[in-house]
Amino acid sequence: MSRQPYVRPLPKASWYLGNARYRRYMLREVTCLLVGFYCFLLIWALAALAGGSAERWDAFLAAQQNMAMVAVHAVALVYYLVYMTFDWFKLAPKAMPVQLGEKKLPDRAIVIAHYAAWAFVTLLIFWLAEVF
Amino acid sequence: MTIARKAVVWGLFAAGGTVSAFLFPAVIALFLLVAAGRVPAGLQFENLHAFAAGWVGKSILFIVISLSLWHAAHRLRVVFHDFGVRKDKAVANAVYLVAAVGTVLTAFYLYSIA
Repeated sequence: MSRQPYVRPLPKASWYLGNARYRRYMLREVTCLLVGFYCFLLIWALAALAGGSAERWDAFLAAQQNMAMVAVHAVALVYYLVYMTFDWFKLAPKAMPVQLGEKKLPDRAIVIAHYAAWAFVTLLIFWLAEVF
Repeated sequence: MTIARKAVVWGLFAAGGTVSAFLFPAVIALFLLVAAGRVPAGLQFENLHAFAAGWVGKSILFIVISLSLWHAAHRLRVVFHDFGVRKDKAVANAVYLVAAVGTVLTAFYLYSIA
């Protein structure tokens, strides 16, 4: 190609700072670190379960119990809800629009269905774990 | 990347994102309860071991953890790009390798729970 298109110079690592939408996007994308962290925490739990004894499992539970982790989980929970779960629901009708015949299901209906399903599975998990 | 492969990667990303968006708040809340020393009765060894020993429990745990891992890996690959790292091949290999290791570990531990 003989033409040289103009490429607007952008800071590679801080391009998103000046725009609220971009900042929100970055805050949402980094939630993958939390997903990864909790996946490996769950794998650790599976390893303890695979140990096959209540002592091994109780040792795992004891290892989880400290105030620093209470703070980590509390902050992670709020951050995760706001930037992962609720953002995912908000984007769901954009990613998977539902068409019924000629009409499109309104975005709000899809989002509300997501919240309802989320509340249901969350309560189901708490019930199975005998939190109540 | 070929279109066919892109569809697989994106499919795993979307499926894993949906699963982790729905389920991880409850998972984090349970870890919070455990960390605070209030272990729910359902998380005692006998209950959880019985759940993970059955094929229904094994299937659920494997699907949730592996899909979430692939979701996180794909998103992390994009995050690296967004923070200015322009070595996509190396990043992709690294993050997908971690997801693959996690998936194998999940399968191995679930298999070991009898």
